[in-house]
Amino acid sequence: MLGIKEHCAILGADVTGRYGAGNANLFKDIEHLIRLVAVIAIALVAFVILRAAVVPHSFGQYGHYRGAAIGEIASRPVAFAGHDTCEACHTDVVDQKKLGKHVVIACEACHGALAKHVDDPGSVQPKKLDTAIVCARCHEANSAKPKNFPQVATADHSGGIACDTCHQPHRPKIETAKTETEGKK
Amino acid sequence: MYPNEVELQWSILIVLYPFITGLVAGAFILASLERVFRVEAVKPTYRLALLTALAFLLVAPLPLQLHLGHPERSFEMYLTPHRSSAMAMFGFVYLWYLMGVLLLEIWLDYRRDIVVLSQTERGWKRLVYRVLTLGSRNVSERSLGIDERLGYFITLVGIPSAFLLHGYVGFIFGSIKANPWWSSPLMPIVFVFSAMVSGISAVMLLYMLSTRLREKEIDMRCLDKIAQYLLYTFVIDFSLEMLDLLQRIYEADESFRSLDFMVHTRLWTSQVIVQILLGTVTPIGLLGLTQILRLSDIARKRIYGLAGCLTMIGIFAMRWNVVIGGQLFSKSFLGYTTYKMAFATREGLLTAIALMILPFIILWILVKLLPPWYESDSSPGSGSAPAHGTS
Repeated sequence: MLGIKEHCAILGADVTGRYGAGNANLFKDIEHLIRLVAVIAIALVAFVILRAAVVPHSFGQYGHYRGAAIGEIASRPVAFAGHDTCEACHTDVVDQKKLGKHVVIACEACHGALAKHVDDPGSVQPKKLDTAIVCARCHEANSAKPKNFPQVATADHSGGIACDTCHQPHRPKIETAKTETEGKK
Repeated sequence: MYPNEVELQWSILIVLYPFITGLVAGAFILASLERVFRVEAVKPTYRLALLTALAFLLVAPLPLQLHLGHPERSFEMYLTPHRSSAMAMFGFVYLWYLMGVLLLEIWLDYRRDIVVLSQTERGWKRLVYRVLTLGSRNVSERSLGIDERLGYFITLVGIPSAFLLHGYVGFIFGSIKANPWWSSPLMPIVFVFSAMVSGISAVMLLYMLSTRLREKEIDMRCLDKIAQYLLYTFVIDFSLEMLDLLQRIYEADESFRSLDFMVHTRLWTSQVIVQILLGTVTPIGLLGLTQILRLSDIARKRIYGLAGCLTMIGIFAMRWNVVIGGQLFSKSFLGYTTYKMAFATREGLLTAIALMILPFIILWILVKLLPPWYESDSSPGSGSAPAHGTS
């Protein structure tokens, strides 16, 4: 291990001359620590300035979030019309739904947000749904789902054919099967 | 199974998080043995242990940031700290340990070398060293004495900080009361001791490997001492884990049958075979042999190498069993799921391998910049390492 004298020898006469062991100036001997404290202080000040610049002013107004976010969200245009509004016009669909389990499903859960359609039914028309995709969102077989929930492995059950080829989405249980079962009883 | 339990949310990256953090805390505690407890025998590993801790600490948050998917958001926990979030507070524990302890201790310990290198090196390296000197080239005896005393104080503060760092990781798991596999007040203590085991083992292996690569002689007194500490720590760690197990078996609460079934089926290989038999009992037995029998240097080196590797595997398996095991059973205690690890995805095996290689690359750069070797451990005929100074 090298001692202090060897190190000073490596550093050269200039350094040893300026900061030799005989120098009793305490300030010189803690100069590097003062510089370190200055660097830390600069970093802290920079952090405080950065924080003041980037943290929104309304942060923490009500809780651990941006208070102004509430007003911004409230001012957004309404996207969903609500099933009561849909049912005011589409009474035929309501009648169909009442006969099946989908009566509890809101219209826009499958058809998407349609407030614009309500505002202007003539020019804004909902897109036709691909039932092979939409139905699978709920009815694709999954071991995590309750056993009594209707579910199928779509690849085996329909092979990609649209579900509404056989099922009526608003009243999905196939009536003929129901009649046959009831007949056997 | 409940719908949100089928797929595991915490992947192999979350296994790496406690594993890497543990290596940091363990390596630092080994370094503190020399500094605070004056265990002179382990001095050759002091600086290597500090640099290892820093290299792994720099990588420690990356698995979490990759898992969250928005690394830039992690900075927000410093801007708007959330005191009721255990995970957010880890950011402060991490920052304190990195900036308040490790970087400071390394800087103070290396300051004399940095000043020397800022004079002797050329090109970009000279610039780096000059920046690191902070413009002060004072290496007088008194200034170095002040550094030594301050460094001692920082190490003194650093020991509880290292315990806090990894104990906190254990606390994050142990405080999840909804999960009986994790929820245990012993979890932070078990994590701290397993961290010490993995850190000591990692530094021991790195010391053996680096000495071999540098074609120097291994200081057997140092290696024997590290292995001795590894054995003692490992025995305490294993006893604590067994106490935890005993407590669970005797208490046998409503979750016990489900967890017991899981250990005997899905976790049998990773927990019983790999973690306990291969990764704990075997290295303890091997290290114990070296304490009982009079073995040659070569035999001891081989045993230490083998025990060290098995220890690392065992501790990794422990992290795996905690993180993955805690997600394999249903909270209904009626069902089980499996972990399907992806390969080349953000949270896949390839990413995990890259994250485990990264600290070694950082360590290599750190060793090149701040050589941790002491002149006394160099053998005749070699002089490539720019060895300077002592601590």
